[in-house]
Amino acid sequence: MQLTITVNGASHTDDVEPRTLLVHHLRDGVGLTGTNVGCDTSSCGACTVLVDGESVKSCTVLAVQVDGQSITTIEGLATEAGMHPVQAAFQEHHGLQCGYCTPGMVLAAVSLLAEQPDPTEQDVREGIEGNLCRCTGYHNIVKAVLAAAAGGGTS
Amino acid sequence: MIPAAFDYERVDSVEAAIAALTEHGDDAKLLAGGHSLIPLMKLRLATPAVLIDVGRLRELSYVRDAGDHVAVGALTRHRDVEVSDLLAAEAPLLAHAAGQVGDPQVRHRGTIGGSIAHGDPASDLPAVLLAMRATLVLRGPGGERTVAAERFFTGFLETALAPDEVLTEIRVPKAAGVGWSFQKLNRRAQDWAIVGVACLGAGPDAGIGLVNMGSVPLRAAAAEAALANGASLADAAAVAHEGTDPAADLNASAEYRCHLARVLTHRALTESAGSLRG
Repeated sequence: MQLTITVNGASHTDDVEPRTLLVHHLRDGVGLTGTNVGCDTSSCGACTVLVDGESVKSCTVLAVQVDGQSITTIEGLATEAGMHPVQAAFQEHHGLQCGYCTPGMVLAAVSLLAEQPDPTEQDVREGIEGNLCRCTGYHNIVKAVLAAAAGGGTS
Repeated sequence: MIPAAFDYERVDSVEAAIAALTEHGDDAKLLAGGHSLIPLMKLRLATPAVLIDVGRLRELSYVRDAGDHVAVGALTRHRDVEVSDLLAAEAPLLAHAAGQVGDPQVRHRGTIGGSIAHGDPASDLPAVLLAMRATLVLRGPGGERTVAAERFFTGFLETALAPDEVLTEIRVPKAAGVGWSFQKLNRRAQDWAIVGVACLGAGPDAGIGLVNMGSVPLRAAAAEAALANGASLADAAAVAHEGTDPAADLNASAEYRCHLARVLTHRALTESAGSLRG
């Protein structure tokens, strides 16, 4: 069926099978491979994207379910002026090692800060509970999210 | 993992959903947030021929004061239940438990009605509705009927919903000032509870719901009866597992689940008693 979604500000209209998962449409249809498939069972959060500004696991959403909605992937965060404040904070605080969980982790953090602009450390730890990282032990990720919050890094 | 092929219909009203269910019968499944159904379809444990997408029905997304109870539309997302001021004041157990479902991403998509209609004994919210003595509103071609939560869950992933009926509303009795607790043990946020306990009150009329203690969501009937007969919280908790039939799996043996039911019920009753106000 015909599907029209806005991805990182650009409109995309494609024919998709109803069973196509959003993550596969973003990677194979739209051609944006920054969104990773990790566990493929809505556990790890690597496939997290924003739908109308809210974090979702795109391996557990059918593309047709978000027809007409606005998607933000990791490719859509930086501007010509530079990295998104959450991305910059991950770099500054070494919030990544292998980087596989990072796109999902960053987008989960962006969604969290939109809902809770001034989170405590506990809020951050609970706010990213849907994202698994096997390298950093989370400590630097939490530091990065708190730093982004302190810098007003929600936009 | 990709679901098996299916036909997809998006409907714009409850009536259209009922009409589509009437047309397709057992071949069709309703799709709300999809966070119970899509994982099963990816594993091909569910292979519906037709998916009827009710996810856009804003008419079923609400939290309303309805006098002696709070009415929650079936398509209200867990996130919206979690942050509802009305539920925080009048049914804080439900608001709190909704905030414990899955993780933030799941709560942005999953709905209360989708979770309840799925009827999974390992889900958090069925036990909460049992503890709160909630009522469910079902609508079909012949009109509307109400079913007590206790009578809704009829078998493993089976409910009182007829193939042509839609769960439209959840009614939770107001419980401002009544103590409550929700206890859940799981290894990761995304995991089902190994065992969970939802508790409303701690006195003779306390309601206690159990997560993952049998093939259907259960009340801790023996513990409730003990409290009704004046037993201490500890003595009531000691029989929380009676009448249950938990499964054994990679996470826990049946014996360990019974142990957890007793321990978590004691914690829940103790917290519930301690949080009583007025």
